[in-house]
Amino acid sequence: MATQILMPALSPTMTEGNIAKWHKREGDAVSSGDLLAEIETDKATMELEAVDEGILGRIIASEGTENIAVNTPIAVLLADGEDASAIDAAAAAPEPAPVEAVPEPDAASGPEEAPAAAPTPAPAEPEYTGETQTLTVREALRDAMAEEMRDDDNVFLMGEEVAEYQGAYKVSQGLLEEFGAKRVIDTPITEHGFTGLGVGAAFGGLRPIVEFMTFNFAMQAMDHIINSAAKTLYMSGGQMGAPMVLRGPNGAAAGVAAQHSQCFASWYAHVPGLKVVSPWSGADAKGLLKSAIRDPNPVIVLENEILYGQSFEVPTDPDFVVPIGKAKIERPGADVTITSFSLMMNVVMEAAEALAAEGIDAEVINLRSLRPFDAGTVAESVRKTNRIVNVEEGWAFAGIGSEIAALMMEHAFDYLDAPVKRVCGEDVPMPYAKNLEAMYLPDVAKVVQAAKDVCYA
Amino acid sequence: MTSSGADTNFSNEQMLGFYRDMLRIRRVEEQLGKDSLAGNLPGAVHLYIGQEAVGVGICSQLRDDDWIASNHRGHGHFLAKGGDTKLLVAEVYGRKTGICRGHGGSMHVADFSKGIIGANGIVGAGISITTGAAWAAQLDGNGAVGVAFFGDGAANQGVLCEALNVSTLWKLPVIFVCENNGFSEFSPYSTVTSGSIADRAKPYGAAHETIDGNDLIEVWQCAARAIRRARDGKGPTLIEARTYRHSGHVVGEHTFLSGTYRSEEEVEQKKAGDPIPAFAKRILEAGQASQADLDRIDAEITAEVAEAVAFAEESPYPDPADQGAGYMFA
Repeated sequence: MATQILMPALSPTMTEGNIAKWHKREGDAVSSGDLLAEIETDKATMELEAVDEGILGRIIASEGTENIAVNTPIAVLLADGEDASAIDAAAAAPEPAPVEAVPEPDAASGPEEAPAAAPTPAPAEPEYTGETQTLTVREALRDAMAEEMRDDDNVFLMGEEVAEYQGAYKVSQGLLEEFGAKRVIDTPITEHGFTGLGVGAAFGGLRPIVEFMTFNFAMQAMDHIINSAAKTLYMSGGQMGAPMVLRGPNGAAAGVAAQHSQCFASWYAHVPGLKVVSPWSGADAKGLLKSAIRDPNPVIVLENEILYGQSFEVPTDPDFVVPIGKAKIERPGADVTITSFSLMMNVVMEAAEALAAEGIDAEVINLRSLRPFDAGTVAESVRKTNRIVNVEEGWAFAGIGSEIAALMMEHAFDYLDAPVKRVCGEDVPMPYAKNLEAMYLPDVAKVVQAAKDVCYA
Repeated sequence: MTSSGADTNFSNEQMLGFYRDMLRIRRVEEQLGKDSLAGNLPGAVHLYIGQEAVGVGICSQLRDDDWIASNHRGHGHFLAKGGDTKLLVAEVYGRKTGICRGHGGSMHVADFSKGIIGANGIVGAGISITTGAAWAAQLDGNGAVGVAFFGDGAANQGVLCEALNVSTLWKLPVIFVCENNGFSEFSPYSTVTSGSIADRAKPYGAAHETIDGNDLIEVWQCAARAIRRARDGKGPTLIEARTYRHSGHVVGEHTFLSGTYRSEEEVEQKKAGDPIPAFAKRILEAGQASQADLDRIDAEITAEVAEAVAFAEESPYPDPADQGAGYMFA
């Protein structure tokens, strides 16, 4: 019996399409899997494959026909031995079944077939309407610690050069003066030792803030961060965990080469039992650090040396916090989602401007928290834009972007119109020479190109 | 102090208490060793047999709010500090009723309510954690001390130097107890360790003593000095307690290792220094108890262990439905 070939829905959001090209002519034999036509939508160009075999009896929508609604007949396929008279019968047949319509994710039935339940975005945070002041990220972090130390006598700061020298990057400016030597404590250069001390102090009822001069040096303390801080609550059957903050600059600084320039976001985010945040703006820095100090779990706060000196409007209300686990849409857009965190947000925001100038409307998501991860906010954005690029300083392999790719496969697979794209640091140790260093890092041009790639622009 | 003669410093009751505490560890460890060989346990056990005088000599004079951390060989410290026999055995059996609900197992037994901040499977990790807990006690001004138990193998970890440095500098109320049992896992002391461990305190200006770890009274008296020093704000002490590991590094090691790192002759010779019979002899010779008293204690301990095993065997395994976020995040 002759069957109609309908305009397929090639994505959940597709409502109509154009016939860019017919690969077969009327009268051609067609086998299952043969390319029949090239279909163009506002987002992409895709091939239409034959499902059944037969003879292409008639082309209803000729090459170049535009805006054909999904499920409108575009051709008629004749079974072997049928003649053209069957075509009219087919055309008259009521309610043809849609061809290859992509099911809505929610409509999937049966547990074996159902994709993972789409995560919902983390609850919206209250909008801050209070006073702000212009502060550097460095000052915002200091204020966060000072406010929390005023509120809770158990909170104290420890680390190399945090007291008398007021921090290698001056983040602890003024804290020794206000809180005294019992609560702002210079440690020897002994990351493994003093991180263990911090864990023990947390077990002993205090709320340490452990500053790493940079997170590169926290490698020495990795055992205590993972084996002691992250695991004890579970290992002890819920008896006791390590309420502590481990903070310091992460990622590339400038001109300090391989051992002083590395992003550890994916390392820490990998570990169950740790929370991991990485602020960009001054408000992020203050609000997330305050949340981290209040949190009864070990929280890694990945700051950035280059951001320390940058200024932002920062809420002054001591009750202002940024919830851990909530991403922030910094710039709404319709065409492509770009996710990033920390210093790379500067690059991404600039790239979004450049893309806008070329007619691509990017939605920029500032991830802020890497664990727990606000997959809901990202997936919701992808369901709107159908494309996503992640930008991070760290290496691509097993990076945050890789995790996002997996999460979007699980939660937004049917909405993706292009493979997830990762813009990352190059897969080598950070070089020293200025030109090589620049090549290593993601920049505006790389982000713009990646966004265009996923938009097929 | 010699190992013979009456010790008038301790009442008969105290002496029997020490005996009971050492014997409890011995009998629990013997049981768990048998259980391990019989395949009744999910994982490996590292026995404390032969070292009981160290744990008991020190922990018997600690308060509940004093902190101890120990190592992979931690059952003895757990019991010496007042941890419950049933909760320990159930934990090593991997049962829901265990002290850590079957999540931690032999190498991670902890009871924070008793100041036991954990056995630790990472060699040397407890050294800095205890130092931190002692630091918290100092900042709190509550007079508590921290005691880190570790072996001669752990003494070669750099963290001992880090902790000695900072605890001496800050006069932290911490006691580092190195139980030198002669072996760093399967390596005899002299093959991996240079010099004396107690001497490692010298360059930091920290107090240090080397003692016979098989003599409970000597351990007790040394610990008393160290605890006094710590509570008085005079800083840390490094105690090297010389003892001997009767069992292998881990139960069942000969089933997967060929060759040996110590002779049977050596083991038998060293077992002559077993702290428990020596202590029994001392009590009897001093007329502080009769053999009948000691036998009665043994019977009571044996019953306690049997009860703990029955409790563990009757206990359910951890409920997979009870693995919620509550254990992951507070």
